[in-house]
Amino acid sequence: MSNNSEQTPRGEKGDILLEMKDIRIDGLSDERWHQIIKGVNLTLKRGEVLGLIGESGAGKSTLGKASMGYAQPGCKIKSGSIMFDGMDLMAATEAEKRALWGSRIAYVAQSAAASFNPAHRLIDQTVEATVDHGVSTDAAARKDAVELYESLTLPNPDAIGDRYPHQVSGGQLQRVMTAMAMSPRPDLIIFDEPTTALDVTTQVDVLLSMRSIVEKFNTAAIYITHDLAVVAQMADRIKVLRYGEEVEEAVTNEMLTNPTQDYTKSLWSVRALEKPEAPSEDIILDVKGVDAAYGAGVKVLQDVSIKVPRGRTVSIVGESGSGKSTTARVITGLLPPMAGSIEFNGEPLTPVLKDRSKDELRRIQMIYQMADTAMNPKQTVGEIIGRPLEFYHNMSGGTREARVNELLEMIELDASFADRLPSELSGGQKQRICIARALAAEPELIICDEVTSALDQIVQEGILKLLLRLQKELNITYIFITHDIAVVKAISDEIVVMYQGGVVEQGLKSNVLEPPYKDYTQLLLESVPEMDPTWLDKIAENRGVE
Amino acid sequence: MSKQEQTYSAAGEVGQIVTKRSWWERAKIALRKAPVSAWFGMIVIAFYAFVAIFAQVLAPYGEADVFSKADLPWASLGGDEAHIFGTDQIGRDVLSRLIYGAQNTIGIALITTLLSFFIGGALGLVAAINRAWLDQLLSRGVDVLMSIPSLIFALMLLSIFGSSIPSLIMIIAVLDSTRVFRLTRSVAANVVVMDYVEAARLRGEGLSWIMRREILPNIMPPLVAEFGLRFSFVFLTIAALSFLGLGIQPPTADWGSMVRDGSRFIQFVKFDWTLALPSLLPAGAVALLTVAVNFVVDWFLHKTSGLRDE
Repeated sequence: MSNNSEQTPRGEKGDILLEMKDIRIDGLSDERWHQIIKGVNLTLKRGEVLGLIGESGAGKSTLGKASMGYAQPGCKIKSGSIMFDGMDLMAATEAEKRALWGSRIAYVAQSAAASFNPAHRLIDQTVEATVDHGVSTDAAARKDAVELYESLTLPNPDAIGDRYPHQVSGGQLQRVMTAMAMSPRPDLIIFDEPTTALDVTTQVDVLLSMRSIVEKFNTAAIYITHDLAVVAQMADRIKVLRYGEEVEEAVTNEMLTNPTQDYTKSLWSVRALEKPEAPSEDIILDVKGVDAAYGAGVKVLQDVSIKVPRGRTVSIVGESGSGKSTTARVITGLLPPMAGSIEFNGEPLTPVLKDRSKDELRRIQMIYQMADTAMNPKQTVGEIIGRPLEFYHNMSGGTREARVNELLEMIELDASFADRLPSELSGGQKQRICIARALAAEPELIICDEVTSALDQIVQEGILKLLLRLQKELNITYIFITHDIAVVKAISDEIVVMYQGGVVEQGLKSNVLEPPYKDYTQLLLESVPEMDPTWLDKIAENRGVE
Repeated sequence: MSKQEQTYSAAGEVGQIVTKRSWWERAKIALRKAPVSAWFGMIVIAFYAFVAIFAQVLAPYGEADVFSKADLPWASLGGDEAHIFGTDQIGRDVLSRLIYGAQNTIGIALITTLLSFFIGGALGLVAAINRAWLDQLLSRGVDVLMSIPSLIFALMLLSIFGSSIPSLIMIIAVLDSTRVFRLTRSVAANVVVMDYVEAARLRGEGLSWIMRREILPNIMPPLVAEFGLRFSFVFLTIAALSFLGLGIQPPTADWGSMVRDGSRFIQFVKFDWTLALPSLLPAGAVALLTVAVNFVVDWFLHKTSGLRDE
């Protein structure tokens, strides 16, 4: 893998390809037009990669699409100018723009699985736009597609194109989509959060191949993401957006080392949160040699043993499919174990949910990844939090209401939130309500299943701080299921690493996260992007040596 | 906007928050944007409801009153102002019977539809939650019921149990509940897999709570739309059965049997067009209500971009 980037300094490449001036975009929501983008300028030179970062709702995707002259339904570009290689996209007709899209400008979407047509072979979809636009002949495009597959390090590049989208993994599909975008050799590719839906270990491969191919063909790209560490690897320059306005823009190195705005600094500081670990021998939950399977199928868990100390946080890490969530289902009783036992407070825990007593149920609560689907959209916050109070503690009327307000205060919201419906809350507030619902039961153990992975960095930090504070005040035990190592560092005392349904290792945070590593733990840790812009180069070097 | 707070606070967190609106405000917005057809439908339904509720007050005569003179309609139009639409073949006032017919036909159809939703909805919810043997049993049972043409099945059952109003209601409700069952089960199956239902299970909630409080409120829009549609079908079934002589029995006025009674004279219409009134008026009443209900349901379905299973 070449290190071109170090010889030619990033940020000074070619002439101007795309110039957007004073872009204003309105979006229709809730019956009214709102400003989504409020006058942003953007310039992109040939062969340059620009990173667009910001929280959700900052307008980064909308701006990315606007650079193609496209506004999604419910949005309209109100004013500004978009010049693409001397062509005015604001004045261009639909037909002119369509001729551009898929030939000179390509788009790579977040969810490859949702963007491919499941009824057609991958290679047909890869070359479709290229052939349709007359950029190349069918035969030539197919031959080129195979070469692209090869340079994207897809396994079996000659044959993989004959497969259907469901026959390849998510990471491979994302690379095929990159090949599709690259097929007509566009001048500009827009990557819209292309690795957000992937595991860390897969993400590295995809990032590496995306970057190498962008460098190889000297394509300009706009890389949209909310992950700073990822953008640091990919971009020559970074633009930070917030509330549809530009916060600042600078060359990657400068942006990472020396941000000028408070907001950017706060984004950077989130990853610094770290809880000091505290060992404890007082075991509250003891999972002993548990096997589990769905139906009569393959065993999803094999001989899983985990010890959880009281008042501490145990993080379970591993990629998707490693059995993290299944472990949680076994503990909650949703999936009775086939073998092994679970002890809670020294007493055996009833294996089947239906047989558990109210008190057993009360002691173990769960918080979900998607707060959106974890709350009944037709119940108000007061009803959501009030129900466990009524159910477990027989509270009603005024006492219940008072306790709901108390709980709302604990999660740093005020009593006025009790009348709201979940749709009237923001993402972070929803997750707080879910925490309050769990707290209402007065549990001893809370299982947190990827609770922060759907949230923006700043909101994530708020939730993590809240959880830590509550643990200190109420001596609650957490089992934290996550694949985000930054979150693990921030919150845990002990770490359990899982791989393919088994426990690789369990130990104190310092033991697991510092050398010597076990093989899989090392791979997992290595794959977590760091803020250092040379991180990906280092990985590439390491792998090249192997 | 650049002065936006730089420190983080949970309560002040912005995002794509939907403005808080009361039910009434949301209804007002929806009504303002309703198309003309929906408005037409709502006005017609309101008119029918008014007539049905106040039939006793509005009708000039009783539904079974026979007038000794037995004014035949072709003689009465323009001649006798006491009977605007004339009288039928045995001298009953057509207008009065139309008004009472609204009460009887709509009332029975409404009760039947409600009952069929209660049966089909409850069983559909249970089947969606308990996906094991119970679902199999209920679903296959419904398949069997649906495999028999419903009008013929209803005719057979009515001749077994007799054509009383309670048995009419029960039979049509049970036969119609099969479709409600299928719809409820398929819509509820999408809600059952939600995390909040799992959260309720983990809390230890019983079946009834999960059905009523967690799932039902979230599947209401397609069910309400289906209710309108089902109501039309039940209403037409009752009219059809009455037309065939097995529905609502005389002297109770209802539109189906009025069409049947009047239809005997339809061949003489070439001599006197007013002869068509006793059968065409109730037929028109049936048609107008069906069209009106469908207009409203169409609009509602379009709004909730929901499911339609027929």
